[in-house]
Amino acid sequence: MPRDLLLGAVAYDAKVVPIWEGFRVFFTARGLPFDFVLYSNYERQVEAHLNGEIDVAWNSPLAWIEADRAATKQLRTASAIAMRDTDRDLTSVVVVRADSAVKTVDDLEGKRLGVGAADSPQATLIPLSSLAGLGVEGTVVRHDVLNGKHGDHIGGERDAVKALLAGTVDAACIIDGNRLAFAREGLIGTAGPTAVRVVHQTAPYDHCNFTVLGDPHPGTAKFTELLLGMSYDDPSLRPLLDLEGLKKWLPGRVSGYAALGQAVDRYGYLDEWLAQSTG
Amino acid sequence: MIDLGDLGLDEGAHLLIARGLSTASIVDVQGTSANLACDLPAWCRARGHAIEPTAAGWTIVRGDADRIIGAERAGTIDQPVDHAPRSWGLAARGALVEAGAPALDLAIVDRSAIWADEAARLYAQAAAAQWDPATAIPWDAPVDHPDEVEDAIVQIMTYLIENETAALLVPVRFLGRLHPHFREVMQLLAIQAADEARHIEIFTRRAQLRRTLLGLSTAGGQASLATLFDEPEWAIASFLLSVLGEGSFLSLLWFIRDHASDRCTQEVARLAAQDEARHVAFGLAHLQRHVAEDPSLRDRLAAAIERRHAALASTAGLNAEVFDALILLAAGSWDPAALRRGHAAVVALHQAMAEGRKNRLVRLGFDPAGAEALSALHTRNFM
Repeated sequence: MPRDLLLGAVAYDAKVVPIWEGFRVFFTARGLPFDFVLYSNYERQVEAHLNGEIDVAWNSPLAWIEADRAATKQLRTASAIAMRDTDRDLTSVVVVRADSAVKTVDDLEGKRLGVGAADSPQATLIPLSSLAGLGVEGTVVRHDVLNGKHGDHIGGERDAVKALLAGTVDAACIIDGNRLAFAREGLIGTAGPTAVRVVHQTAPYDHCNFTVLGDPHPGTAKFTELLLGMSYDDPSLRPLLDLEGLKKWLPGRVSGYAALGQAVDRYGYLDEWLAQSTG
Repeated sequence: MIDLGDLGLDEGAHLLIARGLSTASIVDVQGTSANLACDLPAWCRARGHAIEPTAAGWTIVRGDADRIIGAERAGTIDQPVDHAPRSWGLAARGALVEAGAPALDLAIVDRSAIWADEAARLYAQAAAAQWDPATAIPWDAPVDHPDEVEDAIVQIMTYLIENETAALLVPVRFLGRLHPHFREVMQLLAIQAADEARHIEIFTRRAQLRRTLLGLSTAGGQASLATLFDEPEWAIASFLLSVLGEGSFLSLLWFIRDHASDRCTQEVARLAAQDEARHVAFGLAHLQRHVAEDPSLRDRLAAAIERRHAALASTAGLNAEVFDALILLAAGSWDPAALRRGHAAVVALHQAMAEGRKNRLVRLGFDPAGAEALSALHTRNFM
């Protein structure tokens, strides 16, 4: 008799608890014995996954790369079984103050680039790598909020924008949707000293996915089926989907992680971790 | 084609797009805002809409996620339903309520338990009849009766404050458990509470006009009022409080208005009596309707009077201090002939109270003999 399907997620915010408690009720009520474990950081979660302590990991894109590469090292396979509709085709943008002398992406050369946490794919690794691909390098000013959580917390990007408005950096790297989010908060405006201008937008990339390794738990197919069957029309699920930031779950795909893979290679970001990781 | 002009999504352009998507599942959008190419796909992604760039701008295909699916109307604006679902929560009556809202822990959800068609009219009347204690009472009017009469008035005010406090707190306990779907009743109970708050203020202020200390609060009086807090059913609590208690209280206030020698006391009694008449009217209206729908309620009401009488049988009952104070108030002096008149007036007040209770019980469908017997069992503490 296999144990309950055990999912790992990273507790980047208090809302992670009601989300997974709610989903646990949903899965168990539909005949899938299910439980979850919360980790304080993605590296701990990936290690636990590699050690067989959990069956499915709700992974950030960087955690996906970590799991995929470590699994390959162990001659195992990693698969992405599902993701949010909002995980597909994101972009990051590099913004400057509207009154900045920086007019084109080339003008960013040598400038102070405000980024998010060191391990944030969207606010650090992907935009810096994208600029580097264009031959643009600057002085990186990190805004580390909750390292180990891969930029899931918006705080690092908010701090980068605050630094931009305060004049301590010349540009800020953020995820596209956060430009509008910061405008709604009133952090950035449409005119005057708080107005910002987009000088560079990366190519689209994908974000989180549910990852399984090797031979999956027997409940994995049922988990995927129930997940993909979740409807926004269901009033008991809608608040959970709103909290998790999606309208529907989609099948997993791994075609959207190339840009992050290149960034990781460019900066050797995972070399040390991979050398130490399990196996 | 929706032309956003130079309006950005951070300036409200999303309203134009949402308006277009409300009537068409596919819309073409163009605009010249500098950040549009960054903002528009991000906005669509967050809302579950698909987007594709075109030669002129973008094509947006509306997603199928809609939080209105499964929503229901919380009745109609004008008429409450018989049973209000707790899941309607705090929604305005007649509002479209999204499914999945938390159910409020409300005890009173059935129209029959609380409703009176007169509630809206009584609320409107109460709202129009609000008065300002600072200006409605002639606080500076002369007080030239003997000191002992003033002491009697302070004792009466002490008693009135205690009773008004019960009249405020008992309905408010039900107000907090009432489904807000029964809006007119909620509003009426709220304004009744405001009435009682004002009464407590003016009786306190009247007592302080010439004295710094209040009178006696008796254990029997408190025991009588405390029984009102034990009733879990609104019909019975409002029966005991409004129909019997405040009904008798009304006679008492008119008595004070008629016999007090100073204008200030006359006015505090008159203004409070006007409000109390509305409270009694609501209690009666609700119970008449409720008894008509559920005749067995009448037996429960009778049982409640008997239960309360039994609970109070061991208490001192009649508040002697108040009784004597009323005699002195009506007499206006220590002259024996005046005291005789005062005593007779208080006895007549008791009879009038008993008669009033009996009449109200008859209006609720009790037979006259039964009504008289029940009236006699009413607490000797008026309320």
